[in-house]
Amino acid sequence: MTLFELFYCLLYNIKLYHIYAYIKDVKNKLNNKNNAITINKVSKSYNNFNALNDISFNVEQGEFFALLGPNGAGKTTLISALAGLHKINKGKISIMGFDTNTNLAQIKRNLGLVPQELVFDPFFTVRESLLLQSGYYGIKNNHKWIDEIIDSLNLSDKANTNMRKLSGGMKRRAMVASSLVHKPPVIVLDEPTAGVDVELRQNLWRFISKLNKDGHTILLTTHYLEEAQSLCNKVALLNKGNLVALDKTADLLNKFAGIQLKIRSYILPVELNRILIRQEGQYYLLRLEKYSEIGNIINVFNNSNINIDEMEILQADLQDVFLQLTQQNN
Amino acid sequence: MIGFYTLFYKEIIRFIKVSFQTILAPVLLAILYLIIFGSVLQNNVQIYTGISYNSFLIPGLVMMSILQNAFSNPSSSLIQSKITGSIIFIILSPLSKTQIFFGYTLAGAFRGLVVGLGVLVTTVIFVKIHLYSILWILIFAVLSSWILSIMGLIAGIIVEKFDQLAAFQNFLIMPATMLAGVFYSINNMPYYAKIIAHFNPFFYMVDGFRYGFLGVGDINIYISLLVSTITLAILSIICIHLLKRFYKTS
Repeated sequence: MTLFELFYCLLYNIKLYHIYAYIKDVKNKLNNKNNAITINKVSKSYNNFNALNDISFNVEQGEFFALLGPNGAGKTTLISALAGLHKINKGKISIMGFDTNTNLAQIKRNLGLVPQELVFDPFFTVRESLLLQSGYYGIKNNHKWIDEIIDSLNLSDKANTNMRKLSGGMKRRAMVASSLVHKPPVIVLDEPTAGVDVELRQNLWRFISKLNKDGHTILLTTHYLEEAQSLCNKVALLNKGNLVALDKTADLLNKFAGIQLKIRSYILPVELNRILIRQEGQYYLLRLEKYSEIGNIINVFNNSNINIDEMEILQADLQDVFLQLTQQNN
Repeated sequence: MIGFYTLFYKEIIRFIKVSFQTILAPVLLAILYLIIFGSVLQNNVQIYTGISYNSFLIPGLVMMSILQNAFSNPSSSLIQSKITGSIIFIILSPLSKTQIFFGYTLAGAFRGLVVGLGVLVTTVIFVKIHLYSILWILIFAVLSSWILSIMGLIAGIIVEKFDQLAAFQNFLIMPATMLAGVFYSINNMPYYAKIIAHFNPFFYMVDGFRYGFLGVGDINIYISLLVSTITLAILSIICIHLLKRFYKTS
């Protein structure tokens, strides 16, 4: 083979590869036209440890989606794979129709990731960091949008402060700001409110909710389950690398937790053990499907000659679902 | 292009913000070398006929400063970003390998040249220097600073801790610089040391640069140019290949 032939062959292959990647992306887009994120049979292992086992789910465009799970469930591994930081062993991930294997540059343009760790460049102020980040995305003169982000995240009075001098909560908000400089359609927040005080947290959620209303898809991981419950319309629950639940938040609450009855008594009648969720001292948390079951429960106590000292009807929350599902799975 | 320019600009601003450490300290160190070695050896050593030891020493000191600072800039920037985790901002961005390569290495080369110029301007206050060919001086200054900057980027990619970087600097860069004829001509060295020096690419950089000042050297200037260019090409290929580590952390 002559040098010319070799050169031609190389060019030809490069061209073919790009055409192949383009066709694949178009095909992906057509197949998943409403999906912002498509995760299809994804597995990842490190040194014989299965971090993710055959995970599949979609996040539709415009959804506010919670990815929950205990520590070590595989949430951060999945998020890293979404951003192309970890190579998956099996399966396929696409964001806005772009495959992480063939079109990483487009993935990066479509994704804004707020990592879990507090990271910052100690040489620069908040504004400088955001301008630099814009530049990395090829955006020039991004001042107007940066001002808007800074303002929305209540960072205005710290805009010209060095990142080192910010409090943990402020740094966290600067990181959120950093992930938004290129106006990504998909925003992934990995524990964004860890270490952030209540007021700042509320500001942050107001801003993120606004972005969601404006059409941005949000994928959130958090340990504050009440946040996920109030903000997210869909939940996926991971445990030990497995997907153990995937449903709309309201459906998940009805399906797994329903109505709860909290009773204080020195003992629980044996007949009621089947609906016991958990015991905390003299308090028993029981699961009901209908309010009409309350009468039967009182009758059981009366028939057993056991007094009810205190009774309270509770609305089930995501924490109960979380505990039930993770305990079942364990 | 904006991505490259931003990274280049960021790396320059980074060292300018700590210019006491990155520019003034190396200039002071070079002056101390000149005062100590120059005053001790000026009247005792003559390397080339008609050229004082201080005139011989200054190009070596300037080149030493260029080499060490061009290496330091990308290596320290990268290791610091790795340790603080801020490297994620580069990894998550759509910057290409080529943009990262040129952004880091050209900024590192620029720092090397700024420090080298600082050393040169300061030392000419004390010593009269020869200027044979500004073109050769510029060619070797740019080539050498770029080569060491690429080596700095390679080190930054490979190492994970500050002590590993210090080992790279103290056991590779420093000896290679010192044994490249900064303070002496390799013709004054024992036979085996002379042979070994020919395998040290830093020797060709120092000698070529010094030729630009003095018009004489230990080796033919075109051989120095060829070796330096080949070194630049090989290191560039290795570095761009290693940059894949930026994209896949596991």
